Amino acid sequence: MENSAIIQINQLIKRFPMGKGEFTALKGINLNFGTGEFAGLIGPSGSGKTTLLNIIGSLDMPTEGEAVVLGKPISKLSAKESAKLRKESLGFIFQSYNLLQVHTVFENVEFPLLLLDYTTSERKKMVMDALEWVGLTDKVKSKPPQLSGGECQRVAIARAMVKKPSLVLADEPTANLDAANSHNILQTMQNLNRELKTTFIFATHDEKVIGYLKRKIFLKDGLVDHEEWINQ
Amino acid sequence: MKIAFKLAFRNLIGAGLRTWLNVIVLSFSFVVIIWAKGILVGWDHQAKNDMEQWEIGNGQFWHNQYDPYDAFTISDSHAPIPNEFKPEIEKGEMVPMLFAQGTIYPKGRMQPAMIKGIPASQILLKIPTHKLDTVTDAIPAIIGEVMARSSHLEKGSRVVLRWRDSKGTFDATEIEIVDIFSTTVPTIDVAQVWINLETMQEKLLLPEQATLFSFANVEENRPAVGDFKLKTKKELTAEIDAMIKTKSKGQSVFYFILLLLAMLAIFDTQILSIFRRQKEIGTYVALGYTRQQVVTLFTVEGAMHAVLAAALAAVYGIPFFIWQARVGFTVPMDTSEFGMAIAPTMYPIYSVGLILSTTLIVLLTTSVVSYWPARRIAKMNPTEALRGKIQ
Ligand SMILES: Nc1ncnc2c1ncn2[C@@H]1O[C@H](COP(=O)(O)OP(=O)(O)OP(=O)(O)O)[C@@H](O)[C@H]1O
Ligand SMILES: [Mg+2]
Repeated sequence: MENSAIIQINQLIKRFPMGKGEFTALKGINLNFGTGEFAGLIGPSGSGKTTLLNIIGSLDMPTEGEAVVLGKPISKLSAKESAKLRKESLGFIFQSYNLLQVHTVFENVEFPLLLLDYTTSERKKMVMDALEWVGLTDKVKSKPPQLSGGECQRVAIARAMVKKPSLVLADEPTANLDAANSHNILQTMQNLNRELKTTFIFATHDEKVIGYLKRKIFLKDGLVDHEEWINQ
Repeated sequence: MKIAFKLAFRNLIGAGLRTWLNVIVLSFSFVVIIWAKGILVGWDHQAKNDMEQWEIGNGQFWHNQYDPYDAFTISDSHAPIPNEFKPEIEKGEMVPMLFAQGTIYPKGRMQPAMIKGIPASQILLKIPTHKLDTVTDAIPAIIGEVMARSSHLEKGSRVVLRWRDSKGTFDATEIEIVDIFSTTVPTIDVAQVWINLETMQEKLLLPEQATLFSFANVEENRPAVGDFKLKTKKELTAEIDAMIKTKSKGQSVFYFILLLLAMLAIFDTQILSIFRRQKEIGTYVALGYTRQQVVTLFTVEGAMHAVLAAALAAVYGIPFFIWQARVGFTVPMDTSEFGMAIAPTMYPIYSVGLILSTTLIVLLTTSVVSYWPARRIAKMNPTEALRGKIQ
């Protein structure tokens, strides 16, 4: 693949304070990601998948080393700069959807756009497009409690995609879904990856997810154990 | 900030019952505080009005020596009525009064009283002095209801009145209570006996003399005349202001408790929100909010309780206020301890300032109470918030 690197991770170490000592969750990660990748961090529980994803998403800071995301060195970003990076260029999809319960589907998807400078009509068009991608145009006025898990996760995907970010980070997006729904949302993301060239990075140990990945990065004890590339 | 308002509004409405309970409690505080303050303003206004109509007119001239708080000054505080006042008196725009310290003996008990002479023909003040023209073989006198109660006198009662004339000689005579009047002005009622000015002058051997004058003239800076100095309406009603101030302080404790209850409810909601909505907080951060912006959002959300409460308060408060202003509010208490014969019906007066200041205070306290717990968000680690793991 002819890709320019959008993420460069160098000797990334992450330690957490634990009791009196420290726990090293990431022990020196070196990874690059290119535009349009559909990649996954795979590994057993506690291997550091979420930790790495959070640092890439500028929700957490490296202890040592650096992760440069879209040209921004995460360890050097101020709170404002990292918030700017997230609102402009990153989308998150969580295991537990994390939708705003009291807001409608429309409002949930609209939320990231409120932080950017779009007019009401622009926002409306973008939200409806995003809901079209995930096949939920008929649930615009519903609220999350009225939706199934699969529908909630599709709303979350629409919310992550609505601003057409360069990078989407998905942490165990299928963990709460049944097989049919898992395949459904994975196909949706795969299509978006193809059509919009959005880079997707998953953290997962779900075989169904792994089956869709074009690049599999196996983590073990805070280190990259090995990688697999699927060529189509 | 605009987004914060939009979101806060959605969140608040979305929270449903809890929000409405808080809003109802807070709106109740709004209505009660504005109403109670309105009552005080109305009372102040009315008490001054009553005092004006019953006792002082638009001002008084006092003899230099006269001090209502010092009984010993009374016997010296009189002087001939100045010629300058006479035209005004003749036109009925000024009422001369002569005071003396005396004692009455209702049922043989001794009871000190202030004897006040007033022209029977005056119509400037509401005191029913025309009754002093009643023909009896005793001296006709009128008293207020509180005085009647405390001295067990009724209409038609006769009682011995003793005083000292200007030469220091004791004199005693019988008076007959020819009328009992109801007033809310204690200073013309409690321990006061009103008789005809001419009789008074005669008995005291002080013809043509007076202690003070109440007048109708609205001029504010009338010069002193002879031994008589001006007492403006403002000076004379200062005591009412002082009384209202004391009342207002008493009320403040009540407002404080009321607001405290409302604030506790909101504080509790905020604390709960921040713990229960950790994932939401993490999500806001993940979607591009800074933690500081989330703090703002939660503060606005809390403060918005006050806005909703104001709106709700307007819905049922405005009709209530209008109704109250029309029918008034009669104090359900024994007002005789204030020296008032009748419980005054108070008509609340609401000013724009009163409503604005109350709204502002409630909004401000709500904001502070909302901000205080929300500050914690700024210290939250978003990854931990997302996992919902903060204790
Ligand atoms: N804030 C933290 N403080 C202390 N230790 C942490 C913290 N976050 C993660 N860890 C530890 O770091 C290690 C890696 O955690 P991480 O959440 O990245 O694992 P994971 O691969 O995502 O696991 P899972 O599949 O269970 O989600 C774990 O042992 C975890 O206990
Ligand atoms: Mg994880």
